[in-house]
Amino acid sequence: MFLPHTENERQEMLRTIGVDTLEDLFADIPATLRLKARLDLPPSASEAQIWQEARRLAARNRDLDTYPCFLGAGAYDHLIPAAVSALVSRGEFLTAYTPYQAEVSQGELQAMWEYQSMMVELTGMDVANSSMYDGATALAEAAMLAATATGRSRVVVPQNVHPEYREVTATYLGARGLQLVDLPFEGLTGEIDLAALAKELEAGAVAAVVIQNPNFFGIIETRAKEAVELAHKAGALLIVVAEPISLAILTSPGELGADIAVGNGQPLGNQIAFGGPHFGFFAARHELLRRLPGRLVGETVDRQGRRGFVLALQTREQHIRREKATSNICTNQALNALTAVVYLALLGPEGLKEIAHACLQKSHYAAEKLQQIPGCSLAFSGSFYQEFVLAVPVDTGELDRRLLDAGIIGPLPLIKLLPGAEWEDKVLVCVTEARSRAEIDRFAGVVADAVAAARTARSEEGVRKGREG
Amino acid sequence: MAKTIFEWGAPGRRAYRPPAVDVPEKPVWEMIPPAARRNTPLQLPELSELEVVRHYTSLSHRNWAVDVGFYPLGSCTMKYNPRINEAVAALPGFSRIHPYQPEETVQGALELVYRLEQYLCEITGMDAATLTPAAGAHGEFLGLLLMQAYHRHRGEEKIRRQIIVPDSAHGTNPASAALAGYEVLVVPSNHEGGVDVDELRRLVGPATAGLMLTNPNTLGLFEKEIAKIAEIIHAAGGLLYYDGANMNAILGVCRPGDMGFDIVHLNLHKTFSTPHGGGGPGAGAIGVTGRLIPFLPGPRVEYDAASGTYRLHQAGPLSVGKVKEFYGHFGVLVRAYTYIRMLGATGLRQVAEGAVLNANYLQARLRAAGVYAFPYSRRCMHEFVFSARRQKEESGLRAMDLAKRILDYGYHPPTVAFPLVVEEALMCEPSETETKETLDGFADALIAIAREAREAPAVFREAPHTTPVSRLDEVRANRNPILTWRMRQAEGKAVQAASRPGGEDK
Repeated sequence: MFLPHTENERQEMLRTIGVDTLEDLFADIPATLRLKARLDLPPSASEAQIWQEARRLAARNRDLDTYPCFLGAGAYDHLIPAAVSALVSRGEFLTAYTPYQAEVSQGELQAMWEYQSMMVELTGMDVANSSMYDGATALAEAAMLAATATGRSRVVVPQNVHPEYREVTATYLGARGLQLVDLPFEGLTGEIDLAALAKELEAGAVAAVVIQNPNFFGIIETRAKEAVELAHKAGALLIVVAEPISLAILTSPGELGADIAVGNGQPLGNQIAFGGPHFGFFAARHELLRRLPGRLVGETVDRQGRRGFVLALQTREQHIRREKATSNICTNQALNALTAVVYLALLGPEGLKEIAHACLQKSHYAAEKLQQIPGCSLAFSGSFYQEFVLAVPVDTGELDRRLLDAGIIGPLPLIKLLPGAEWEDKVLVCVTEARSRAEIDRFAGVVADAVAAARTARSEEGVRKGREG
Repeated sequence: MAKTIFEWGAPGRRAYRPPAVDVPEKPVWEMIPPAARRNTPLQLPELSELEVVRHYTSLSHRNWAVDVGFYPLGSCTMKYNPRINEAVAALPGFSRIHPYQPEETVQGALELVYRLEQYLCEITGMDAATLTPAAGAHGEFLGLLLMQAYHRHRGEEKIRRQIIVPDSAHGTNPASAALAGYEVLVVPSNHEGGVDVDELRRLVGPATAGLMLTNPNTLGLFEKEIAKIAEIIHAAGGLLYYDGANMNAILGVCRPGDMGFDIVHLNLHKTFSTPHGGGGPGAGAIGVTGRLIPFLPGPRVEYDAASGTYRLHQAGPLSVGKVKEFYGHFGVLVRAYTYIRMLGATGLRQVAEGAVLNANYLQARLRAAGVYAFPYSRRCMHEFVFSARRQKEESGLRAMDLAKRILDYGYHPPTVAFPLVVEEALMCEPSETETKETLDGFADALIAIAREAREAPAVFREAPHTTPVSRLDEVRANRNPILTWRMRQAEGKAVQAASRPGGEDK
């Protein structure tokens, strides 16, 4: 399959090589290692058979085209303009690799330069690389960078940062004997606890402080600037984990005075695809440029003085510096970053603001509706952007099932990701511009029914127990 | 000169319009305190949809790719990326599902991951796999964490601080080892291009955590003494790591697990035909032997035969922890799964045969011409390395000069200046999907270029001549990095100010 050789050609080629059979080409492999039997795999399938099998598997997944979804938590269901995939799926982009030969890779290089430019505009930072694997590994690399830059070993990560980001960062830091330090958040607002941060900084050796804004609970960190000042006063770097679309209306990491901004860029035109491939963005202050992980594209000129683009500052990278490189990253997420730049070009500044505004309005509409249901309340008082934590007087697994029965993919039961009994009755609700008012109303209706049913069941239980007692 | 996206458009022009907000709106100040709102304007371009389409279409025309032409970039396996892969991955049942959906609503996705894991184990001869790493280098990092965890479990973490890599290794190997906090020792190659086994014996000891090896190696040569190498590493208490960048050469022929490797990574974007995307995304699945399973990151997909359902099983207490958001690059996994299903066992074996046949044919044609130096006399596997040493001696030309001239002939050059063990190296991997005509054309071009190098070396100094831009000034890009449109504008202003009469005073 996909092989062009005819039998005649094969024979001719073998003659040119000077061997008799294909098997002879593998003579360097010791006979004891060579497989005697075929691999145990299902037999080769035709394209038609593949379609059948793929459709069968795909049909066993409930997709977001059919089921309105109120899940977020790091992967967001946004509308994607049709022109995005039309451009990004062009074979010239799709089937290229890292642009090592700049003269025939100007398309990719220029697109990556444009991507870097737009990420700098969004984040308010000075420089951005041309992508990382995802938001979590971008944060992990930022934390490692901070440890190297400051010569310190502790990285403070509040517990209102996405638990998967926290875990990945802890994994990376642990490999080098560095430490992730937990920081509590304010129980009332859901925002970072500044008093606790001050204390942690006093303890010393803090390389960086991390803030996610909006944080894992959807809450806007309204006192982020104070955290930046505290961190800087203690000689630590400040890393912001940002959500890219929210940056159209929320204070950017640059405005906050952050040293590094990272995040998952999936919301910018990329499919959710069960969690990947997405991409991480990594932007920083100019002073950190030569410590940046990953690829950078720079502008230059050719022999005739025409503008062109090349991979810049490659001496930071593994293929030149080997064990002294700033990171081991090689293959990155170029196509996902290209997706983002096409998305941003199509949306423009007004379009992006409108999307952010719609997420803000719709999530607040949903929150208001849900809070009217007896026993449902917001877990935190802080301002939120497109997600909020809702406490519900009903088993969250049962709620999930009822929503599914009604054709809705419900919010995230937090107990799935966070330890502790206090999360058992809480769900993280996400409402993007892709949800219609009718969908929100229907969702709230099912929650109300579930709550009412639970109350009836409880009171019947009470009556029965009363009788028995 | 192509305009940048920032030089198109006009203020107020629009492309995509989001739907109108259909819920009652609240004043923004009620929802976001003023201090938390963005104050600086968002300087993104304002364009029509056609402008965006024209701009990126025109950029695509300035880009080499497998779909455009021959791309024999060594160690990158630039084979054809079947379109069926793309079509399947785009099904809403795969592309439009959320990672936190309840398990019962993603049974098809879990089944696909489960099966792919089994296929990859069978192909590599390993006992279990995790499909979460994002790319080869990411897999390497995870592999090193697994080594660390294994040695920690045996109480030897503090002693075993060294990773050995051959001098022909990919740059990611030492970089990953350093990222994981290891000291890197380099073992030299012998005159046959393999690991110098005597040197390896001298290097191993109680501090050895493991050896990272590519087989066939970056010279395109099979490590004939792999059994001995495995024995040396294991006897020293270390683990053997397989860099799977060159797995394409041995699909269905032999398996890393049978060679004695403990940890294997696969580049699904190389061997299993998922597109390279201009630099990514890839996927770097990791396979391990039984004794390393407890250390794998979670969650892993398990099949419950009683209920006939697939489940996500969280990692146990010995796990190294997560290295990636969610479950890895699922979209890439769908493509690799499709490819393996299309080919089956026989097809995969034919892939290896085709890859090795093409590489050897091209090498044989070039050797017969006698115009280039070849560092080793052996037959190759899926790729081979030749050298511009002779051209350097005769005409002062470097491998990079040859590469630039190759562009003029309408081909992408091989990997240049790697591996480091060969002077003026050109590493050439044709892949199995290329026709004999393409290989003949490329061989003819390389032979013609060698003649040019003798007769008209001057033409190389200005090469390439036929590309959208000529050779680019990398020194300038590094000395004064202009990495964004904002920097470009600041630079433009500075240049203007400097060229204005008396500009320095203002």
